Amino acid sequence: MGNTAPAITAHLRRTWPGFALDAALDLPGHGITALFGASGSGKTTLLRAIAGLDRRTTGRLAVGGETWQDADRGVFVPAWRRPVGFVFQDADLFGHLDVRGNLAFGARRAGIADPDRRIDEVAARLGLEALLERRPGTLSGGERRRAAIARALLVEPRLLLMDEPLTGLDDRSRHEIMPWLEQLHHETRAPILYVSHALDEVARLADHLVVLEAGTVTASGPLVETLAALDRPPGLGEEAGVVLEAVLGERDATWHLARFDFAGGRLWLPDTGRPSGAAVRARILARDVSLALSPPAASSILNVLPGVVEDVAPDTHPALALVRVRVGPSCLVARVSRRSTAQLDLVAGREVWAQVKAAALVG
Amino acid sequence: MLSHADTQALLLTLRLAAVTTAILLVLATPAAWWLARTRSRWQAPVSALVALPLVLPPTVLGFYLLVAMGPHGPVGALTTRLGLGLLPFTFGGLVVASVVYSLPFVVQPLQNAFAAVGQGQLDAAATLRAAPLDTFLNVVLPLARPGYLTAGVLGFAHTVGEFGVVLMIGGNIPGATRVASVQIYDHVEALEYAQAHGLAACLVVFSFVILLLLYGSRHVRAVRP
Amino acid sequence: MNNRNSALVSFAALAVIAVAPLLPVPARADDVPVAVAANFAGPMKEIAATFAGATGHHAVVSTGATGALAAQVANGAPFEVFLAADATTPARLEKDGLAVPGTRHAYALGRLVLWSAQEGAVDTAGAVLKSGDFAHLALANPKLAPYGAAAVETLEKLGLRTALEPRFVLGENIGQAFQFVGSGNAELGFVALSQVWRDGRFTSGSGWIVPAALHAPLQQDAVLLARGADHAAARALLEFLHGEKAQAIMRSYGYEPAVEAVGAVAR
Repeated sequence: MGNTAPAITAHLRRTWPGFALDAALDLPGHGITALFGASGSGKTTLLRAIAGLDRRTTGRLAVGGETWQDADRGVFVPAWRRPVGFVFQDADLFGHLDVRGNLAFGARRAGIADPDRRIDEVAARLGLEALLERRPGTLSGGERRRAAIARALLVEPRLLLMDEPLTGLDDRSRHEIMPWLEQLHHETRAPILYVSHALDEVARLADHLVVLEAGTVTASGPLVETLAALDRPPGLGEEAGVVLEAVLGERDATWHLARFDFAGGRLWLPDTGRPSGAAVRARILARDVSLALSPPAASSILNVLPGVVEDVAPDTHPALALVRVRVGPSCLVARVSRRSTAQLDLVAGREVWAQVKAAALVG
Repeated sequence: MLSHADTQALLLTLRLAAVTTAILLVLATPAAWWLARTRSRWQAPVSALVALPLVLPPTVLGFYLLVAMGPHGPVGALTTRLGLGLLPFTFGGLVVASVVYSLPFVVQPLQNAFAAVGQGQLDAAATLRAAPLDTFLNVVLPLARPGYLTAGVLGFAHTVGEFGVVLMIGGNIPGATRVASVQIYDHVEALEYAQAHGLAACLVVFSFVILLLLYGSRHVRAVRP
Repeated sequence: MNNRNSALVSFAALAVIAVAPLLPVPARADDVPVAVAANFAGPMKEIAATFAGATGHHAVVSTGATGALAAQVANGAPFEVFLAADATTPARLEKDGLAVPGTRHAYALGRLVLWSAQEGAVDTAGAVLKSGDFAHLALANPKLAPYGAAAVETLEKLGLRTALEPRFVLGENIGQAFQFVGSGNAELGFVALSQVWRDGRFTSGSGWIVPAALHAPLQQDAVLLARGADHAAARALLEFLHGEKAQAIMRSYGYEPAVEAVGAVAR
């Protein structure tokens, strides 16, 4: 499906007093691309621009070889003619319609085949069957977001845009929705642009990462590589780190641990109950990785991996540095003091032992 | 109880209020929509203009309408050219004057109702393939329904109670421009208190029943989940 | 910030406007508060000026509809002299003990005129009424206004009332009847001569001054109100209305001075 799915190329500009969006993008036509950045970095502006919701956006946008807008040629396909689905941060369900009415609104207008059957199908998929006759005002936050996701899916979009669909929800609601999003990831053929400022969400869901800062794109690429890149630090601060993709191996019932087999090594992580063989991701923050020149003799740290220093770069604070360590075909990033880099002579090519203090299974 | 002239005046008042309200709801919709949504620098001046009928005393407003719609006024010149003749002393003239007079009472509730429809709802409709008119008819109008009710009630009530403007441009012609308020006034001035009370009571009771029905329907809708 | 500043300025301006009328206006001992029927406001302004020049007293004039002014007098308005537009209202005030008995008298006679804002539209004999080349004939409501009653009486004498009644447009008072004709919305109308006459000619348009014999006289009465009973300046004003200067002013406004002045003004 990767070959036939459309790619997205865009260079969109929008200026406000005191803020300018000037974002050039070249995104794959499949999977989830996270638009990540702090609030005010222009993520939502960019998403709305792609949907055509802001007519004052200039520049170009083409999706799957189809031009949606091109200021030079005077092309601007209005929002309602763009084949997108949009999940708004506040859900924005229509207050005068019940859930079924909301789902039918787009489905009817998009002219999908057999809308009534599709509505029932999608409602079942998102666990909305019991809520179809309810008004949005009577739904919980999580239920509203699920209804909004269903509504957007029912226009059978060629591009699905999601604006922080988990932000502002309590933990219970987030856990209620996350599985639906993962399922979506695997079932939906349309590429998804997912705006988030929460890196744990991104680490769990995204295949591609676009980092926005002050209206411009500062990093863009496949998630794992982009997070491990030091030359263009994505400005993640405390959240700097990598994501590893792996398959769960053996589970150790005595110590409640599960083995996480990634390309180049293995980690023992707290068992989350996922079955052996499950495809999972682990997120390892740079601050949770320390480096040593020899394997520690006795340590409380469970996971020690041999590797080779690949790159060293300054971190946000002048006392700190980020060190990328190659472990087989995978990478870890460690945050260490610059003094340590000098004392241990941490330069490219040096063999080190990476001690992983903590890692979180994120999916 | 009521004389023929009184009944005629009462029915004329209700007809005037109904026609005026209907026209106002149609005219005020695009105006209120524009006022609620535009970021144009003309928004404030136009808002002020719409509110002006509130400022002028009705008789003063009526006087200027009389002049404007007369043979030497711009409106009069226009209606004459369109073959409509002159509007003062006709039912049509009363309708035009009532529309001007009650305009702010209809525009402002609609404007508030439209402003209360969030941009998010409009954006959602657009991403669900609804063209602008489709959005207006199927999202904005249903959401603004309470505003329409308020606007209709205010426009109707304000027109029923209208006196000064009608006085100035009506000419007190039975069956055409002699509405209940003028008829009551004439009764009072002529010291015919019994007739005045009877007609006033009918007007008040009838209007109360209409307003009660409208507000009652809103209440019913509001308590439904 | 800017908004707050401009809001402050607006509030300050509003506050000044609101408070300004409260600033004291000095009252003089020889002021005569006088209630004047609206139709006589024009001549009264000139008469007041002449009165001040001749006597040093100042007539402080409030104008309004005769009925409204009478209602205000009955409810404690501080008027000392009343110049009404009719004869019945001062009589009622006297009967109710609000006016000084014996001071009631005619000060002017109004004249009715058939008038059009258009030059040459009305002939000097009023034959246009019979030719019937008009859609609307404006008059004051005959039920309520003396000029309206006089107009209907005139039409009745001419035998035209039934024929013309469908074309009537009624003003609630003579002022409104004048607006109907003055704005051109009614081609013709019966109005007060004082509304269209200045210095011996029509100020504009054309008219037929209805012969006084065709209707009951439009007599306007003045009366000394109870509050002015002991005020010499008030009596002086009533007397001044019958002087040559005041009468010349009235004539220039199309009123006929009531020459058979009642001598009752004197104590």
